[in-house]
Amino acid sequence: MRATEPTAKVYFLNYVALMVLLALTATLSRFPPGAWKTPVALLIAAAKLTLVFVFFMQLWYQRGLVRIFAATGFFWLAIIGTLTFVDYLSRGWLQ
Amino acid sequence: MGNTLLHPAPSHFSSREQHDSANHLGMWTFLSTEILFFGGVLACYSIYRWTYPQAFHVGSEHLEYWIGTLNTGILLTSSLFMALGDLAIKAGARRAVTWNLVATWLLGATFLGLKFYEYYLTAKEGHVPGSHFHFDGPLAPQVELFMFLYFATTGLHAMHMMFGLGAITWLLWLNHRGKLTAEHNAPVGMVALYWHFVDCVWIFLYPLLYLVS
Amino acid sequence: MPATAESPPPRSHSPNYLESGHTVGSWLLTLDHKRIALLYLFSITFFFAIAATAAALMRIELLTPAGDLVTSDTYNRLFTLHGVIMVWFFLIPSIPAVLGNFIIPLMIGAREVAFPRLNLFSWYLFMAGGSFTLYSIIAGGVDTGWTFYAPYSSTYSNSHVMAMAAGIFVAGFGSIATGLNFIVTIHKLRAPGLTWGRLPLFIWSMYATSIILVLATPVLAMSLLLIALERVFGVGVFDPKLGGDPILFQHLFWFYSHPAVYIMILPGMGVVSETIAAFARKPVFGYSVVAASSLAIAGLGFLVWGHHMFVSSQSVTAGLVFSLLSFLVAVPSAIKVFNWTATLHRGSISFETPMLYALGFMGLFTIGGMTGVMLATLPIDVHVTDTYFVVAHFHYIMVGGMVMAYMGGIHYWWPKISGRLYHEWLARIAAITTFAGFNLTFFPQFILGYLGMPRRYHVYPPEFQALNVLSTAGASILGIGYLMPLLYLTWSFFWGRRAGPNPWGATGLEWKTPSPAPEHNFDEIPVVTSRAYDYPPPQPAGASGGT
Repeated sequence: MRATEPTAKVYFLNYVALMVLLALTATLSRFPPGAWKTPVALLIAAAKLTLVFVFFMQLWYQRGLVRIFAATGFFWLAIIGTLTFVDYLSRGWLQ
Repeated sequence: MGNTLLHPAPSHFSSREQHDSANHLGMWTFLSTEILFFGGVLACYSIYRWTYPQAFHVGSEHLEYWIGTLNTGILLTSSLFMALGDLAIKAGARRAVTWNLVATWLLGATFLGLKFYEYYLTAKEGHVPGSHFHFDGPLAPQVELFMFLYFATTGLHAMHMMFGLGAITWLLWLNHRGKLTAEHNAPVGMVALYWHFVDCVWIFLYPLLYLVS
Repeated sequence: MPATAESPPPRSHSPNYLESGHTVGSWLLTLDHKRIALLYLFSITFFFAIAATAAALMRIELLTPAGDLVTSDTYNRLFTLHGVIMVWFFLIPSIPAVLGNFIIPLMIGAREVAFPRLNLFSWYLFMAGGSFTLYSIIAGGVDTGWTFYAPYSSTYSNSHVMAMAAGIFVAGFGSIATGLNFIVTIHKLRAPGLTWGRLPLFIWSMYATSIILVLATPVLAMSLLLIALERVFGVGVFDPKLGGDPILFQHLFWFYSHPAVYIMILPGMGVVSETIAAFARKPVFGYSVVAASSLAIAGLGFLVWGHHMFVSSQSVTAGLVFSLLSFLVAVPSAIKVFNWTATLHRGSISFETPMLYALGFMGLFTIGGMTGVMLATLPIDVHVTDTYFVVAHFHYIMVGGMVMAYMGGIHYWWPKISGRLYHEWLARIAAITTFAGFNLTFFPQFILGYLGMPRRYHVYPPEFQALNVLSTAGASILGIGYLMPLLYLTWSFFWGRRAGPNPWGATGLEWKTPSPAPEHNFDEIPVVTSRAYDYPPPQPAGASGGT
């Protein structure tokens, strides 16, 4: 059964994971330029954000409703991003 | 009973659980609005990053990589202490709450100190957008655009941090007066959610601003 | 509960909310959602009067083709003032902040909204925002139009853009606070037994509205902030000199402002659902579909903003995508109109004032919606962009729709708010006057627009004069239609006949508590055991159904 309350151990492990990810992304950024760098840096940021949301912000221990509310903001952010880019990506198409 | 006017109906929540879950849902709703608030400027960032990749590359090289990285580590550490403070109040350990909150506060203040030092370095190089902006090299206007986005996003983040420091001060005061107990722990949980969220904003700003080059 | 027509329901133990305190402080520092609703009612009526005056000045100017009353510059400031105040300081707070604040807790059997202090704070934010806006008007006004398009607003306009943008920014956080409060209240404070499937449709539509308030308003705040930064520092993200794109401002602005159109119509739809059911004495046809269509409108509303930008330099592909997505919104909107019509079918309809407003809403909203589909069609929109066709279209939605519904809602719940009945025949005459005046004002504008008269000019070619005179004549009739309720409602507040708890014989928890509502709404939290709109209610009225 899933724990209902976080423990200090969970928080410390989560912190170590976050710092490892920070070290990883900081190191990778020193590599020579490449198309892979930005996506990887953003993926690592997303992983860190997920860890903070799930453990520090305790989504792991919440019911469905709070989880949906937490996801809503990101979903709407994706709407702004996607539909705005529909415009910018297709500006050159008919010229 | 004219005085009761100034207080909400004492019984408008039927239980502490209902009250706590309402607070929780309210806080998460507020955080969704914050995501959209930063979303507006992040949308601008994405469009211009996509339009002027070269200028963003150049602009990013002029930020202090080591300050950005160190600050990320500082914020993550402050989040750990914040989370431990939340744990402590649920156990009723008031002294531990104080120590954890003080640590969080000091780390947050250190972050801001480093941030303002970095602003100072940027200003010394003449990279503050506006009439005094000075940049040698091609793409100067687009680099100015990058610097504008840098100041707008980090400035807004810093304002959120200051608000967070104020909220932690409020918690320390509450704790000092003995108003926080294992039962009445909601204020710590609410401020902690906010603090972690502001941390998350920085987690994204760090690669978007410092790791472009 | 065995009750007869004569025996009043048991008096509440607590005083009613109007009598529970008489000092100024008991109003300005109140945490009672009903008193906060009245604070909003007075404030938005004040703002409505200012914006309506600006509209009257514009209509008088447009009586003649020549610019003989105001200069073009003054005219620019008048339509900006009219737009900004009507949108942010009347329409957006109208039904949510007044009727929503008053009715939501009563309707769901709660004693308060979830966060009473936040609720009071939202009113202070609203008033602070209003003060900034009034200051900018007194200082000389703003000439950008309510849309604040960059780079005019950020660089070139010499008017008081900063103060007005600050006003909207601050008031926006008031909207966010209201929406947040409603979302949590509806989730957490429903009475025992009041499941989602039993909620009145007004609650569903207010929930959908709150979602938009909470998710769209922050983006408006950010786009106005970016404009303000650009004005202060002389550089900014929308500045073409740096390679910035002013169109990006339009994307951000309409990401908020198109959903904001649904903030300005969804609450009206909720009021209409309530009144149609009450005065046809039938459950709303297809309850769950009507409830779901509110959420669908809220969701789809976020996907269509680009139809305001067909003639900006947005790409043609994006225009087509936004055009197709816009058609989708017509589906849930049409579902609502069909379901209301089906509700009327074989109902025992009576034509009390709120019902007249609701029927007016149905007709005018249908016209506004259908012309909206025309405008979502890319080639037609290119033809009529920035003409009076667009002006007429959105006034059919916002005035013909939302203001009619707001007036209907005020009349419907007036007995609960004031404890009194208004003069029924005067009210019916006012409703019909409003309907007639509205159509005479705005229908000619459809024709003017289609003939090519552009909006936002204070002069026009002489061949447009006849229709403009009609429109101005209609506006003066409309003005009478708005003034009458102000007078007879105020009169009835002090001297009207006592209403009793349920003058309409309607269902719903708000009608089961005395009028005016007691300070804490219910002596005992009711338990709900049946669906909404359980008509016909057991006779006599006074012991209405619902339990």
